Amino acid sequence: MGSAAQRTDGSRLVRFLARRSAQAALTLLAIVMLNFLIVHLAPGDAIDVLAGEFGGADTAYLEKLRRSYGLDQPLYIQLFQYLFNVAQLNLGFSFRNNMPVFELIMTRLPATLLLMVASMLLSFSAGLLLGVFSARRVNTFADDAVSVLALLCYATPLFWFGLMAIVLFTVKLNLLPGNGMYTIGANLGWFAAALDVARHMVLPACSLALFHMAVYTRLMRASMLEIFGLDYIRTARAKGLSQRRIAFRHVLPNAILPMVTMLGLQVGSLLGGAVLVETVFGWPGLGRLAFDAILQRDHNLLIGILLLGSALVVIANLLTDLLYAWLDPRIEVA
Amino acid sequence: MFSHTLNFTRTAASALAILAGAVITGPSFAAEPVQGGTLSMILNPEPAVLAAGVNTSSPVYTVSPKIFEGLVTYDPKFKMLPQLATSWTASADGRTLTFKLRPNVKWHDGKPFTSADVQFTFMEILKKVHSRGTATFLHLNAVQTPDALTAVFRLAEPSPYVMRALAGAESPIMPKHIYEGTDPLKNPANSAPIGTGPFKFKEWQRGSHITLVRNPDYWDKPKPYLDTLIFRIIPDGAARAVALESGAVQYGTQYVVPLNDVQRLKSLPNLAVTTAGYEYNTSVNYMEFNLRRPTLQDRRVRQAIAHATNTDFLVKNVWFGFAEKATSPVTNKQADFHTDKVPQYPYDLKKAESLLDAAGFKRGADGTRFKVTIDWSPSGEMFRQTAEVLKQSLARIGIPAEIRSSDNPTYLRRVWTDNDFDINIYSASNIADPVIGLQRFYWSKTIQKGVSYSNGSGYNNPAMDKILEAAQIENNPAKRKAMYAQMQKLVMTDLPNIGLLYIQWYTIYDKKVKNLNTTGLGPYDSFSNVYIEK
Repeated sequence: MGSAAQRTDGSRLVRFLARRSAQAALTLLAIVMLNFLIVHLAPGDAIDVLAGEFGGADTAYLEKLRRSYGLDQPLYIQLFQYLFNVAQLNLGFSFRNNMPVFELIMTRLPATLLLMVASMLLSFSAGLLLGVFSARRVNTFADDAVSVLALLCYATPLFWFGLMAIVLFTVKLNLLPGNGMYTIGANLGWFAAALDVARHMVLPACSLALFHMAVYTRLMRASMLEIFGLDYIRTARAKGLSQRRIAFRHVLPNAILPMVTMLGLQVGSLLGGAVLVETVFGWPGLGRLAFDAILQRDHNLLIGILLLGSALVVIANLLTDLLYAWLDPRIEVA
Repeated sequence: MFSHTLNFTRTAASALAILAGAVITGPSFAAEPVQGGTLSMILNPEPAVLAAGVNTSSPVYTVSPKIFEGLVTYDPKFKMLPQLATSWTASADGRTLTFKLRPNVKWHDGKPFTSADVQFTFMEILKKVHSRGTATFLHLNAVQTPDALTAVFRLAEPSPYVMRALAGAESPIMPKHIYEGTDPLKNPANSAPIGTGPFKFKEWQRGSHITLVRNPDYWDKPKPYLDTLIFRIIPDGAARAVALESGAVQYGTQYVVPLNDVQRLKSLPNLAVTTAGYEYNTSVNYMEFNLRRPTLQDRRVRQAIAHATNTDFLVKNVWFGFAEKATSPVTNKQADFHTDKVPQYPYDLKKAESLLDAAGFKRGADGTRFKVTIDWSPSGEMFRQTAEVLKQSLARIGIPAEIRSSDNPTYLRRVWTDNDFDINIYSASNIADPVIGLQRFYWSKTIQKGVSYSNGSGYNNPAMDKILEAAQIENNPAKRKAMYAQMQKLVMTDLPNIGLLYIQWYTIYDKKVKNLNTTGLGPYDSFSNVYIEK
């Protein structure tokens, strides 16, 4: 492979990335505009919510508030103002929380990322192992047991499982903390603090992981069974390789591709889907923040979070495509 | 298994300790307050800011009075007690109020507290930016400051209710040197406040907790007794119950857990439930009628619907005993204004049916008279349940009802901006005085589109306006009480809305926490007296 071929590969990658980035920017723009319009379709605005919480005010006071927050402008002016700000990376001001939206999101983002990564790793690895396990013992009792387990995990409501886990592990056994991200007021060294957060993360991460683990299990199982039936596996068996070696060295690497797609998709659903877990466990993440923003009609904050979520999904998609190309030599980025 | 043993040992040990303590110390009032300790409290929902001068919602009212103080505070009988003001006098005509201020008080940043802060707070913040202050202090023309420790209020008209609105929660004194020249609503100090109160702001981790620490320079030495206050934000009701049960928090207030959980928590050895401390902060559950609807314009129809509400059932099954039947729109905790001598509407379906017939709404061929919609305030599940009970009762007298559920902003807009409702079920506080808490529902001048918790029914009665406006400027307490008695009689006759229940707030707390109710403000108190027994 000469340097000329390498240069072509490199420039092909650069062109691919450039094209995808342009697509991403357009997608994000469309998403922001759509979200902006949808969010404003719901009746009531932030001032209505504030007035409700105050337990009453007078018209002049509310008008003053509206003017001060720019909410009395027509919708298209508000939209253009917002887009103009976003282009300068200014996500606006959250009136409800008295903080810039960007700062507010940054304070909650680490908690969300931590929970997301932990539950994704957990569900992916558990799903993978269980899927391989049941595919290798297809149609036996063990396989059926795993299928039933997967069905249970899929069907059980997240919040119910979370609450039951709290009752068992926090109230009855006193083994794990049931609320929050860390022990408040304890001045721990960095290692002890990391351990503290890890302990707090066990129950929420497991609750969040269960549903997707079921999906991964079934997916992996189906994928492996499909590959078990292919010609080159028959060749491997004819060559005299052990079942174990066939399963792990030949079938698994090829069966993993659909799982990678699923992983990319999961990123998007996790950002918002963590609302229930964050509520039950009091985990200070973005899902709960977005939910509250809807109820409080805090448009700036809500669109800021949606924008972030969309960006994450777009990047995840991009990475998935690149990963695919790397894993499967038959696929090229173009 | 090990932790079971541990739990048992712990319970046994604490039981013995309590027994021993009771034997040794005798009556509890002989105990000396203990210095030190951390109190963890539940805060739900998360407040928007921490300064009650610019935001009057309930969670702000819980945190703010620990940091800011008012001129006075109130005991459970509404008697004024000194706080930032040490003494006060009112002129004979009620138009001048003179307050002598406490010397040697410092703000948390070390600057001295003076009458200039009082003047700035009332004239620039409370009169302009406080949601109720614009109405409460409408007649306040000026606050004069003849010296650094005297503030003189000049009123255009006698305003008897001003003296009842000076608690730290309702009218906190805010620092002029921080807020002068800024927009009070957007000042970052609202989220990191500087006050004169017993606790200083330390940190606010959004979504997690707010930490306040002891103010070592507090004027009322040796208070406060507590070292740290932690407000934990726990969004889920069941999780809050777990937190109380496991001892992670020691204090929760105002629907901290679902009502049916309260009995269970009450029976735990470490927890107690009290209904004291809510004299200043009352709540009445109202059923409001939209008088613009043709079906509801006849008084007899409204009276019939009132006769169809089974309040005993609601008290027992929806509120689990934490409410009592309301006899008038004014809560019975405000003895200065409440009267029972008004028309009542006991649960009587036969009477309801005959009233409806008399009003001309006979049952049609399908057994129904007319349809109604019921909207309920999303601030509590109890209101949804009340709507469901009402729907059942109305069905029995031939009025099919549709219950409309929505989130808070949609509900507020629907009722108070669009006026698109028939029956509205919600609760509202009487606050400190009928002028501040009650007038808004019956005065024709408070029919304001876009303002929630104003006159949503559209009630416009010149006789009522006259009574309200006269009572607003009447300085003689006996005459005022008579006027409000008249007002209650008129409300219970015309029925623009009807008080269904007086809601009983409650506090769940760890038995080791003492002195929670030395004032009438309960959770809205400064907590300078609170301590945790060892």
